[in-house]
Amino acid sequence: MLARITAKIRPPRALAVPFPLGFPLGEANNRELQTAILRKVLALLERDDVPVLEKFVEP
Amino acid sequence: MVETGKLSVGLRDFLKTYPWRRIDPVPKASLSKPISECNVALVSSAGFVVPGEEPFSDSVRGGDYSFRVIPDDVDLQSLEEYHHSDSFSHAGVEADRNMGLPLDPLHELAAAGEIGSVAPRHFSVMGAITAPNRYVKQTLPVIADLLVEDHVDIALMVPV
Repeated sequence: MLARITAKIRPPRALAVPFPLGFPLGEANNRELQTAILRKVLALLERDDVPVLEKFVEP
Repeated sequence: MVETGKLSVGLRDFLKTYPWRRIDPVPKASLSKPISECNVALVSSAGFVVPGEEPFSDSVRGGDYSFRVIPDDVDLQSLEEYHHSDSFSHAGVEADRNMGLPLDPLHELAAAGEIGSVAPRHFSVMGAITAPNRYVKQTLPVIADLLVEDHVDIALMVPV
């Protein structure tokens, strides 16, 4: 995802991931990484100061 | 995150000149219960279709704004991908459909009690829609109604 464009559009909550386009969940068949990304996306819902754009940092 | 400098010149030029819609005001939906009690659905722009169903079309001007229902118990790897953009590698999605519709990780979160449940159906739309008005005004309200019908508390959008 392109963070600069996302910041222009302003969806309520979004997570910027450090992976190439076409790889929003990080790595094929890396379930641990994919689950960590989902967990971080869900955590965005606890923020009400929208728009929120956070960066995912690999654990 | 992907920096625009790493994209092709043509794609960079398109992204620079495209009239991006600015959401204003930004809608806010707040949690009414803990995430561990929420029913969660996925909405993916990977252009996935259940085998045997109608493919997304690449001849609709401005992008195919239809959607497909993906049952939660689908054989995930059987999903066919119709995202036509050549601006990114499809290798990840081809190797593992969870890259576009992360059902397996979602079920892991449900099994661990981190979310309440996984919705009975999810939704796929096309990505790379350059004329999104019909998508916003016609498609999304229908998907929203179906999410309400399924008592979904959280819908996660997976952009591909």
